Amino acid sequence: MEQLASYHRRRQALYGWMLVSPALILLTLFAFSPTIATLWASLHSRGTIRHPSAFSGWDNYANLIADPSFATVVGNNLLYAGVTIPASITIALAMALWANAKIPLRGFVRGAFFTPTMLPMIAAANIWLFFYTPGLGVIDAITGLFGLPPVNWLGQPQTALWAVIVVTVWKEAGFFMIFYLAALQTIPPDLREAAAVEGAGRITYTRRILLPLLMPTTAFIFINALINSVKLIDHLFILTKGGPNNASKLVLYWVWEMAFAYFDAPRAAAMTVMVLLVLGLIAVFQFRVLDRRIHYR
Amino acid sequence: MTLSLSPSRRWPSAGQTFDTIGAWLLALLWVAPLMFAIWASLRPSGAALGFGDVGFTLDNYRNAWNAAPWLTYFANTLMLVSFTLVGQFVLCTLAGYAFARFAFPGRDVLFVVILMQLFILPEVLIVENYAMIARLSLFDSIAGMGLPYIASAFGIFLLRQAFKSVPIELEEAARIEGCGWLGVLWRVYVPAARPVYLAYALVSVATHWNNFLWPLIVTNSPDRRPLTVGLSLFGAPESGVDIAIVSAATVMVIAPLLIAFLIFQRQFIQGFLRAGIK
Repeated sequence: MEQLASYHRRRQALYGWMLVSPALILLTLFAFSPTIATLWASLHSRGTIRHPSAFSGWDNYANLIADPSFATVVGNNLLYAGVTIPASITIALAMALWANAKIPLRGFVRGAFFTPTMLPMIAAANIWLFFYTPGLGVIDAITGLFGLPPVNWLGQPQTALWAVIVVTVWKEAGFFMIFYLAALQTIPPDLREAAAVEGAGRITYTRRILLPLLMPTTAFIFINALINSVKLIDHLFILTKGGPNNASKLVLYWVWEMAFAYFDAPRAAAMTVMVLLVLGLIAVFQFRVLDRRIHYR
Repeated sequence: MTLSLSPSRRWPSAGQTFDTIGAWLLALLWVAPLMFAIWASLRPSGAALGFGDVGFTLDNYRNAWNAAPWLTYFANTLMLVSFTLVGQFVLCTLAGYAFARFAFPGRDVLFVVILMQLFILPEVLIVENYAMIARLSLFDSIAGMGLPYIASAFGIFLLRQAFKSVPIELEEAARIEGCGWLGVLWRVYVPAARPVYLAYALVSVATHWNNFLWPLIVTNSPDRRPLTVGLSLFGAPESGVDIAIVSAATVMVIAPLLIAFLIFQRQFIQGFLRAGIK
């Protein structure tokens, strides 16, 4: 009996490891080992034919941080996150409340909100390019009706990043809407009636009952929006290429540029390590603070 | 109760009118960019942005189609999306099954390690992943574009949750009928998790159909480029194509997924929902 149980245990262990190993191998190849390799590369100098790559400690980091572009790009990304996250969450909530209300043409409304989610970022950027084109674009055509001069939205440092932000919000708000929509559908309608009986108006009901009940959803969306503010950079390739003069450059785009346009892998690695650190902090924050009921069972 | 409700049924309240107008305005604002692109794509070249009475034409589509190997791009995107999806299904099913039903030493630690990949985004590791792809000589291939996404922590997590909710009695019944562990997986767990597979498939296809940065990095020949990379090169200002033709190309690229979305709107939204909620 004892022997049978131990045989059974060993077989379970063997099969378990066998089943996870393909996934584990690929994750090692494309997630874990690249992470370690990035850290390693960030601590070594860029090799040339005369001077092979050598250990250089924190040099890459120091150089990177001393570069004036660093403050600009990180600042841009902070602004990008600081605007796109609250804006897309607020709009998503309004969309969900409306898409959940009993209004005519609700199917069309839902579809309209969600459609940008289905588009590649590149296509979205192409579409918005017509809006921003100076002199020709749709926005200038409209402001021209009021006698305003044409504006080069993407070409001047004051507006380029904002133009990029608008596209991002347009793209992700509809995606976040559906999470709110799902949460709203689990809230019993009796609550609204009870609140009405107690004399609570629309605004009180939304503020005191709906928003607190939607908090877990908001937290989930917040994390996603935060990750998106690192990840969503495809439209930069079409709209601004980070310019003018770095005014709309975001961190991941800069990493791409350092590695694949200037071939400075060690610097790209140092920047990547910093991004990974931030993502790690976000992960810890999510698991420790937001998601204490996470299912590790 | 009926008494208090009946007036509001006959006469929309101020709140309802506000809701309706607000929702419609926002919806119009949200589809306007896409509508403009479709409009511009159907207008004669040079009149793309005006509303003058110049009629409509399909010339832009013809010109756009002839200017780049779109058929190849479409085929590459299709291959990339199917390769990725099949790979994800196989690997995530096996791993999800192991985490749900096998007690092996180190399981819980391993699971947390795998969940870490939710935050170590493949997008962030482009530099070293590129080196890895080069080492494996998979540069400029469908496998090179898809491989980093196949062992998806997200897929493993979803399927593990789905498998865990299958009653163990079903597995025992199948075992009594002589199924081995692989038979149990195939006959009991996979069919029970069908809605999860569907949801995951929708999200995966939409994600990889639209993916750009990684395919841009690991492809360099027109024969291997997916649609997004092709479109980005086509629309580049330095290539000097005019707006009407770029619109036509953009509409062409997004049409398949958009039409699929319009037809299966319900399933799509439900799919995204199921996949997003952990």
